[in-house]
Amino acid sequence: MVAAQAGDRAAYETLLRDCIPFIKRVARGQGIRPDLIDDVVQETLLTVHRARQTYDPNRSFTAWLGTIARRRAIDGLRRVGRTRTREVYAPLAYENHSDPSGSPDEAVFDIGHTEVLRSAIDKLSVRQREAVEHLALQSQSLAQAATATGRSTGSLRVDWHRALKTLYARLGGKD
Amino acid sequence: MIHSDDLDDRLVQALGADLTPVRRLAPPGLRVLMWLAILGAVALALAMVSDVGAMIRRLMVAPDMWLAVMGSMLTAVLAAAAAFQLSLPDRKATWALLPLPALVLWISASGIGCLRAWSVAEAYPMPPGQTEHCLFFILGVSLPLSLLLIVMLRRGFSLHPNLTAITGGLACASAAATLLNLIHPYDAAAADLAIHAFAVVIAILANALFGGRILMSDTR
Repeated sequence: MVAAQAGDRAAYETLLRDCIPFIKRVARGQGIRPDLIDDVVQETLLTVHRARQTYDPNRSFTAWLGTIARRRAIDGLRRVGRTRTREVYAPLAYENHSDPSGSPDEAVFDIGHTEVLRSAIDKLSVRQREAVEHLALQSQSLAQAATATGRSTGSLRVDWHRALKTLYARLGGKD
Repeated sequence: MIHSDDLDDRLVQALGADLTPVRRLAPPGLRVLMWLAILGAVALALAMVSDVGAMIRRLMVAPDMWLAVMGSMLTAVLAAAAAFQLSLPDRKATWALLPLPALVLWISASGIGCLRAWSVAEAYPMPPGQTEHCLFFILGVSLPLSLLLIVMLRRGFSLHPNLTAITGGLACASAAATLLNLIHPYDAAAADLAIHAFAVVIAILANALFGGRILMSDTR
């Protein structure tokens, strides 16, 4: 660490790599879940980096690192505690949860809805349809769409807004 | 999927690339002495324009008078020592308890002085309209001392930023209350003490609010 304080990069990287198993042991000792141990390791390494000027060579490096690792592990436990009050980790329940809007009738409506939209787009002027197809259906940026169509971004933007207005009116003000 | 060992290795390499030589922090004891030296210079400047002899005669009237001053002075020294210890990442939060005995002495002696002033005639009663001067003095002296202390504490890396700021605030407020004796030649009356306590609490809260945020932003 003394070499690292002096700016020796190779010594510093070796030291940090050697610290990782020790930090993992400390985190496990504090009761950190296995999937969160890497977070504690990374937080501790970042703290070591930003607090390296505070290390006193007359004191034990292991004690210095151990206190920082324990503190970061406690921060991790607090973070998990706060998350638990708002969120539940239940992957099976998530996978098996039925979608209330996923009925067959609604699926048919969705297909119909898409067809209505497609038909409305087909009725747009050529320039407006070009803007919608490139900017919305192909998710291109204004610059990409301008290159693809050979038009200016300003012209595309104007036709895009006109197309939205027309579609909004034709679909009866619905999304 | 990125393996965690790869992530660790990438972080180590990134930190290595970011490495610059650092000037090692001076020991906390030395940093306390530096802060106390500046405080001593302020005290000396105030002593030049005040009647120190009158202050000593006033403090010697009763033991609680000089015990209260001793208590506030010790609180300032010990709270500053605790704040500098807490500014290091490997120090425990229990360092914040260091100034408590001196704080108890300060509060107790001030309380006894207040009772004495209430039960017997005051030797040096305070004229009306002076209390707000005490308030402004404590807050006015605490502010620059706090700014200086926060700048010095930021050189460290506290993992207890709020506690560090509160302890530092106590150091500055008690130092200001000690210096107040130089320009405050009156006995301790209840209203006067209440104003002192109010000013000290305001100074500590301001430190906790602003100093804590500054120190916290450094450690995030």
